[in-house]
Amino acid sequence: MDQITLRVARYRPDDEETEPVLVDYDVPLRPDWAVLDGLNYIKDELDGTLSYRWSCRMGICGSCGMMVDGEPKLTCATFLVDLAPGPVRIEPLANFPVIRDLIVDLTDFMHKLSSVKPWLIRQDEQPVEDGEYLQTPAQLDEFKQFSMCINCMLCYAACPVYGLDGSFVGPAAIALAHRYDLDSRDEGDRQRLTILAQPDGVWDCTFVGECSTACPKGVDPAGAIQQAKLAAAQEAMKSLLLPWRSR
Amino acid sequence: MISPLEARYYRRRMPLLWWAHRRSYAIFVLRELSSAFVALFIVELLLLVRATARGPAAYESFLDTMAHPAMIVLNLIALAFVLLHAITFANLTPRAMIVRLRGRRVPSRVVLAGVYAGWLLVTAFLAWLLVAA
Amino acid sequence: MSLSHDVVIVGAGGAGLRAAIAVAEAEPRLSVALVSKVYPMRSHTVSAEGGAAGAISADDSLEEHAYDTISGGDWLCDQDAVENFVAEAPRELLRLEHWGCPWSREPDGHVAVRAFGGMKKKRTWFAADKTGFHLLHTLFQTSLKYSNITRYDEWYVSRLLVDDGRVCGVVALELMSGLIETITGRSVVIATGGGGRVFPFTTNAAIKTGDGMALAYRAGAPLKDMEFVQYHPTGLPFTGILITEAARAEGGWLLNKDGYRYLQDYDLGKPEPGPVLRSMELGPRDRLSQAFVHEMAKGRTINSPYGPVVHLDLRHLGERTIDAKLPMVRELCRDYERIDPVHELVPVRPVVHYMMGGIHTDRNGVTPLAGLFAAGETACVSINGANRLGSNSLPECLVFGARAGRAAALYAVEAPPPALAVEAQGDDERRRLDEDLLRRSDGPDRISSIRTEMQAILEDAAGIYRDGDSLTKATDKLRELKERAATAAVDDASRRFNTERVAGLELAGMLELAECILHSALRREESRGAHQRTDFPERDDKRFLAHSLAYRESGGSPRVSHLPVTITRWPPGKRVYGR
Ligand SMILES: Cc1cc2nc3c(=O)[nH]c(=O)nc-3n(C[C@H](O)[C@H](O)[C@H](O)COP(=O)(O)OP(=O)(O)OC[C@H]3O[C@@H](n4cnc5c(N)ncnc54)[C@H](O)[C@@H]3O)c2cc1C
Ligand code: SF4
Ligand code: FES
Repeated sequence: MDQITLRVARYRPDDEETEPVLVDYDVPLRPDWAVLDGLNYIKDELDGTLSYRWSCRMGICGSCGMMVDGEPKLTCATFLVDLAPGPVRIEPLANFPVIRDLIVDLTDFMHKLSSVKPWLIRQDEQPVEDGEYLQTPAQLDEFKQFSMCINCMLCYAACPVYGLDGSFVGPAAIALAHRYDLDSRDEGDRQRLTILAQPDGVWDCTFVGECSTACPKGVDPAGAIQQAKLAAAQEAMKSLLLPWRSR
Repeated sequence: MISPLEARYYRRRMPLLWWAHRRSYAIFVLRELSSAFVALFIVELLLLVRATARGPAAYESFLDTMAHPAMIVLNLIALAFVLLHAITFANLTPRAMIVRLRGRRVPSRVVLAGVYAGWLLVTAFLAWLLVAA
Repeated sequence: MSLSHDVVIVGAGGAGLRAAIAVAEAEPRLSVALVSKVYPMRSHTVSAEGGAAGAISADDSLEEHAYDTISGGDWLCDQDAVENFVAEAPRELLRLEHWGCPWSREPDGHVAVRAFGGMKKKRTWFAADKTGFHLLHTLFQTSLKYSNITRYDEWYVSRLLVDDGRVCGVVALELMSGLIETITGRSVVIATGGGGRVFPFTTNAAIKTGDGMALAYRAGAPLKDMEFVQYHPTGLPFTGILITEAARAEGGWLLNKDGYRYLQDYDLGKPEPGPVLRSMELGPRDRLSQAFVHEMAKGRTINSPYGPVVHLDLRHLGERTIDAKLPMVRELCRDYERIDPVHELVPVRPVVHYMMGGIHTDRNGVTPLAGLFAAGETACVSINGANRLGSNSLPECLVFGARAGRAAALYAVEAPPPALAVEAQGDDERRRLDEDLLRRSDGPDRISSIRTEMQAILEDAAGIYRDGDSLTKATDKLRELKERAATAAVDDASRRFNTERVAGLELAGMLELAECILHSALRREESRGAHQRTDFPERDDKRFLAHSLAYRESGGSPRVSHLPVTITRWPPGKRVYGR
């Protein structure tokens, strides 16, 4: 059977390793195998100590992001035949600290996500008994795209601004904030824009655009950031010109 | 505070030539560096204002300085960079602004064409002003 | 170090998050620990595609939803629970709408509903075909609002703390560091999801290893109706990725190798060009999966590299409908099978999808163990009976997640704090996980090979059709496998993110579930819903209108007893589809 070599980054701090090393493993090259199937083959048949995250293997849980030949990819949706003849280099997601092997620390993103208030904010909550907040399909379309984010972090791995300065809020968190800003049921945009206009917010972005290229779900975080910039600028102008407007 | 756990994290630094691997990264670095040149334009403008205020002699000497070949090269470079920024900015418009006409979303290409057409128009108007003067 | 909260919730999928919010809203003074082995938004709820049922249409009624659920479940549902369920489902779905869930809409702005298998009316709410994804992210993002919820992301719970018959916390392994800590609480809610990974071919994600069922079972709680395992009729071959029932609800057809809509041969109605509710392709899942086995026996399926398949035909729906209503189906077919359902037939086969059984609870998520509550797929309330209807499970997570959360909050307010003595159990567990598991690099078997053997045993003996002989043989094989598993090698001796140690723990739990499934199936000498015995082909209401309860004996193997089903308004009848 055909084989392909996976060149996998291993980092084992428990074993006094201070630098990651690349280790070669040969795995079968089958037409329907994704990179993740190759990693599972290694774990089950060759080396049980390899560590990585995965779960749904259908591109929706967002666990399995890694650098594949230097590009941020969902390994469950990237196929080995497309990378043949190899060797295929597999490394942990760029721009995040590595805990071990292919596993990176996401704590930073989790804090950033809650900091932008990604939940529906209403002045007054309507009781559930009164039924749904009406929303037309067109109003739904306004934000739908930005609600598709699976938090896979490929965009952070692709973003040089985040790589150079980790305090940047980053593409996915901004896209999700913007998703609620655009939701016709939400009334929290001014709160969120104030947060996004702070240093480390939207203005850190200089429109590299790689986040949108990397995004496997077509979210277009770069677009969201630019729209948020425009909204933040309009908001700033308004409060400059109409300072008496209620806060 | 760094916990003992985090102390054992492997933190990668971006390699010195990271930006050379991808066009979009190179352009990003170029834009970052070029801000100095854009600032130069502003300084020149301020100097011009000051020179005009000080009278014809000062104005003449300002023109002389600016005519120096080194200054012209510097200004050409700055112009190139300002164009880079302007194009980046123009290309970004359809992503930043969702334009709707009678409830339908205007395709990005049309918005983009609009932006460039507008730019052309303004440039033509300025050119006409100059020529007419 | 010991971590202490008022309510400890294990699992942050649909049910766990809903429970956490329920506690936070019911008793804002209580502190909630939300423990999950993966980040909440990775939980398996994220994969649910089709939708969530709740009767809201003017032409629909709670009675009809209840009747569909009960007949779909072949009268094994507890009808009092079903009545609560159908009444509260619409309210829970509306609440989710108020939290921002992007439900698909009608042109006038009202929430849209679609048809689903086994349902007589259109009542399934949907967010395109990424319903579970949107539901989970909405719940998770909303949960961030509550400051009294403390999350323990990527902590693996390996044991319940039990003091004198009362559950008062958990022992958990922080994956990132390998530290093992006790997290105490006045009450504990288990919401760890299903265990489809016991089988080889499943729609379930890697994390669905039934951990919570094993935790409760070992602590002394019975597992109910474990023999009922749902096969979904349309999974992609090889990956097992689900093609949602919504594909058939929108009008998709199932064809055999002759291009014939074979379901008409199995008492499921007559083929009509458009979808007809409770008929043909919109029959219940158990009957559709069984029909597949018969087609296979008749040699009318298509051979593929991954075994026999039939075809799902969506071509006549056209690109526009597919893109609007089933975008994920198209995405999955294109990415994983390299076919485009707009122009091509989709190969599908039945695949293990859902566990109707689980931890025995009442309508408030209360288990027989004091202080222990359960909700979601891991629990068996039971509203699903012998066969769950598609789109009933997500609302079940919401309705009973909220109920369990409120009940656990109430219990926590009234109960005394946990005894300090339970801390000692943490030390025991530390010893077991560190000294036993991390020093086993020389075992004769691999974890993965034992897992594969277990899955093969279950598919053979406890698949779509079962019989006494194979089940008996399988229980013997499984007992032997369990012994071997206790010495299987763990190559990885490090603490930090040791995924092999976790795999070992998960395997041990799955072996317990597997035993419960086999024993319960062996004891149920009838055919009902998803449990079909070739040696007992008829339903037997005299002996088996009852739930199976599997208790763990001191020797480790299960003892099965039976508990009558609660019947309120719908006496057992015949299941009729397509007429
Ligand atoms: C492909 C697919 C499609 C589906 N589509 C539909 C549908 O359209 N409609 C419908 O109604 N239902 C559907 N279902 C069923 C439904 O999605 C599930 O039953 C439901 O989501 C289960 O939710 P849960 O909260 O109980 O568990 P899960 O979402 O599985 O969450 C389990 C949680 O427990 C945690 N956990 C598990 N073990 C441990 C441990 N040892 N320690 C700590 N934490 C632990 C996990 O980290 C996770 O957070 C579908 C199921 C599948 C597989
Ligand atoms: S925006 Fe796209 S790339 Fe970024 S986390 Fe979300 S889904 Fe992933
Ligand atoms: S495993 Fe879930 S996105 Fe790849």
